[in-house]
Amino acid sequence: MSSKTKKARRAATAPHDGNGHTHAVTREGLSPMAQPGREAVPGSAVVAEAASKRPEPDANGHASRRGGGKREELMVPRAEFQSYYGKPILNEPTWQAADIAGYLFLGGLAGAGATIAAASQASGRPGLARVMKAGVAGSAGLSLAALVHDLGRPARFLNMLRMFKPTSPMSVGSWILAGFAPLSGAAAACAVTGKLRPIGTAATYGAGALGPALATYTAALISNTAVPAWHEGHREMPFVFASSATAAACGLGLLAAPAAETEPVRRLGAIAGMAEVSMSKLMEERMGLAAECYHEGAAGQLIRAAEVLTTAGAVGAAVSRRSVLLRRASGAALLAGSAVTRFGIFKAGVASARDPKYTVVPQRERLAEIPPGEPS
Amino acid sequence: MAIVDVEISAFDNGRDPARATGYQDAPPRMGFFTDTSVCIGCKACEVACKEWNHVPEDGLVFTGMSYDNTQGLGADTWRHVAFIEQTKSMGAQITTPAQVGDSAGAGAGAGAQLPATAGDGGDGDNPVRWLMASDVCKHCTEAACLDVCPTGALIRTEFGTVVVQEDVCNGCGYCVPACPYGVIDQRPDDGRMWKCTLCYDRLQVGAEPACAKACPTDSIQFGPLDELRARANERLAQLHGSGVPEARLYGHDPGDGVGGDGAFFLLLDEPEVYGLPPDPKVTTRDLPQMWRRVGMAALALAGGVAAVFAATPGRGAGTAVGRVRR
Repeated sequence: MSSKTKKARRAATAPHDGNGHTHAVTREGLSPMAQPGREAVPGSAVVAEAASKRPEPDANGHASRRGGGKREELMVPRAEFQSYYGKPILNEPTWQAADIAGYLFLGGLAGAGATIAAASQASGRPGLARVMKAGVAGSAGLSLAALVHDLGRPARFLNMLRMFKPTSPMSVGSWILAGFAPLSGAAAACAVTGKLRPIGTAATYGAGALGPALATYTAALISNTAVPAWHEGHREMPFVFASSATAAACGLGLLAAPAAETEPVRRLGAIAGMAEVSMSKLMEERMGLAAECYHEGAAGQLIRAAEVLTTAGAVGAAVSRRSVLLRRASGAALLAGSAVTRFGIFKAGVASARDPKYTVVPQRERLAEIPPGEPS
Repeated sequence: MAIVDVEISAFDNGRDPARATGYQDAPPRMGFFTDTSVCIGCKACEVACKEWNHVPEDGLVFTGMSYDNTQGLGADTWRHVAFIEQTKSMGAQITTPAQVGDSAGAGAGAGAQLPATAGDGGDGDNPVRWLMASDVCKHCTEAACLDVCPTGALIRTEFGTVVVQEDVCNGCGYCVPACPYGVIDQRPDDGRMWKCTLCYDRLQVGAEPACAKACPTDSIQFGPLDELRARANERLAQLHGSGVPEARLYGHDPGDGVGGDGAFFLLLDEPEVYGLPPDPKVTTRDLPQMWRRVGMAALALAGGVAAVFAATPGRGAGTAVGRVRR
C-alpha cells in the first residue's frame, strides 16, 4: 500500500492526526518513511532462496506447565497441545460457589417443590402441600438472597428487569423468578395462616406451573457459556437439573411431610434419584475431554459423593414403603445428593476454565475435522 | 451522540452488527488489524490504553514469562502484549555464522547486509525467534458477552463495536464465562465488568483509538473493517511471497464461529501459542437447542410429577405407613 493511500486513510479516520506513524528521528527532525514500517518482513535478510531450504517449524512451542505434573490418561488420542505459558484462555467465572452453586440447588428445589406442592394440593394431601409450600418459599427467598449477594453491585439488582432477552438465560430466569417468588410466598403464607384460601390456591397452582421452568432454565444458564465442562454438557444438562431438582424436592417431602402423605414423593424420589445419577453419567460420557473435570480434583470428589448420596437416597426411598425412619433418611440423602451434584458441576466448570487444555484440544479436533482451507 | 440502548436481535446479529442492532445510517464498521509480525513489544499500546481510559493498576509482578508481566486481558488490562520465545527461525532469518557464509556466497544483493542481522546466536545452530503480539477485545460480530448480558449494560455501538455501559452493569458476571476469548472480567474493588471499548469516546469525535495512535510500528492498525481485511490479505500475500509461510490471519473470516472479529490479527504461529483459542464459537449459537432441551426437561418434570401423583392411591390408602400415626 502506498503512503498516499495510508495518509488518505488517516485523514478520513483521524482528522486531527496529519502525520504518518512511520518515521525516523534524524538531526533534521522526523523524517517520514525512512524505515519499512508495516511493510517490514520479519527475518527478511535473505528472502527468497533461503526460504526454499528453510526447515519446517518444529512443534516445540510452549507446552503447558500446568498439564505436565498430573497429566492422566486422556479420553482422546491427542494429548499434546500448545498454550501461552500454560495460562488459561478463558477468564474464570467470577461467581462464588456458595452463591451460584447454592442457587442452582435452591432454585431447583423451589421449582420442582412448587410443582409437587400443587400436585399434593390437587390430590388431597394438605400436609405434604403445606411442607412443600413452606420449603419452596424458603428456598425461593434464599435463592434471591444468594443471587443478589453474588452481584458485583447488589444495589443494582433491579437492573435485571430492565429488559427481557431470550439470548440471556439469566434474563429469562430473572423474570421467571420475579413471577415465582411472590407466588410461592403467597402460597406459603396462605397455607401457614389458613387465611385467604382461594388466593392461596391460585398462587399454589401459579407457582406450580412456573416451577418446572425455574428448575430447568439454570441448565441453559450455565451451559450457555464458553466453559467447556458446562457448554459441552448442554444437551443433557437440562435433564440432569430436572431430575436433580425433583429428587431434592421429593427429599424435602420425605424428610419433613407427614408420613401418611409421602407415598407419591417416595415413588417419585426413587425415580428422580436414579434419573439424576444416570443422566449425569450420560452427560459425562457424551462430553468428550472436559469430562475429565468431573472425575478429577475437588469436583471429582463432589461428583462421586453425590452419586453415592443420591443412589442411597433413591434406593432407600424405593424400599422404604414400610419404614418411616428410612423414608426420612432417604429424603435427607436425596436433598444432600442434589446439593452436592450442583456444587460438583459448578466446580468442574471452574476447573475446565482454568486449564487451556479443555479449550484448545477440542477446538483443534474440531478444526481437524473440517476439510483443510484457511489456515486459521 | 447518545448511547442508544437497544435490544439485540435474538440469535442472529447478522453480518453488519450495527445495522442488525437497529442503527439507521450507521457509519462503517470500525476495527483493528493487529499485524503481530511488526510488533516490537514496546507496550506503548498497553500504556496508552491505561492512560486514556483511566484503567487502574492491576498488579506489578514479575512473572518470568519472557518480557510479559501483564499476563493476559482482564478488567484492568485492555491491551496485552504477549512475548513468546521459541527455538525456531523467524522467516528466512539467518542465525549462524556458517549460514551467513553460505548465503553471502550464494549472494544476491540483500546478502551483503547479513552480518548486521546475524549477531543473535553465536552459539551453534540454535535458531531463536521472539514473537510479540498485542491482544485486545475482538469486538465479535456475534458477541457472546452482549448476548448473555441480562441488564443490557453491554451494547453494540453504531461503529459495530461492543461496549459496557458502566452506569448500567450490575456485576452479575455472566459475560465473563461467556466470552470465548477470556477478555472481559470483573474489577474486584468495583464489582462491575470492564473491557476494551475500542475507545468509543475517541471514535465519536473521529479520532483513532489510543493504542493504535501510540503504536510506533503500525502493528495496530485502525480503520473500517472492510479496508482492514483487504489490507490484511495483501500483507499476508506479501509475507507468504517473502518466505514467511507461517504467517496466517486470525479472526478475519466472517464464516468463523463468532461471525468474524472486529479486531483481527496476523499471527506467525498457531493461535493457542499466543493464548488465543484456535476455533472459538459463540455459545449462543447452541442456545436454541438448549432452550428446546430445557423445554423438554421441564415438560418431563411436570409430566413425571403428574403421572406419579395420578398413579399413587389417595391419602392414607394402600400403604402400611399410611396407617401409622405420625
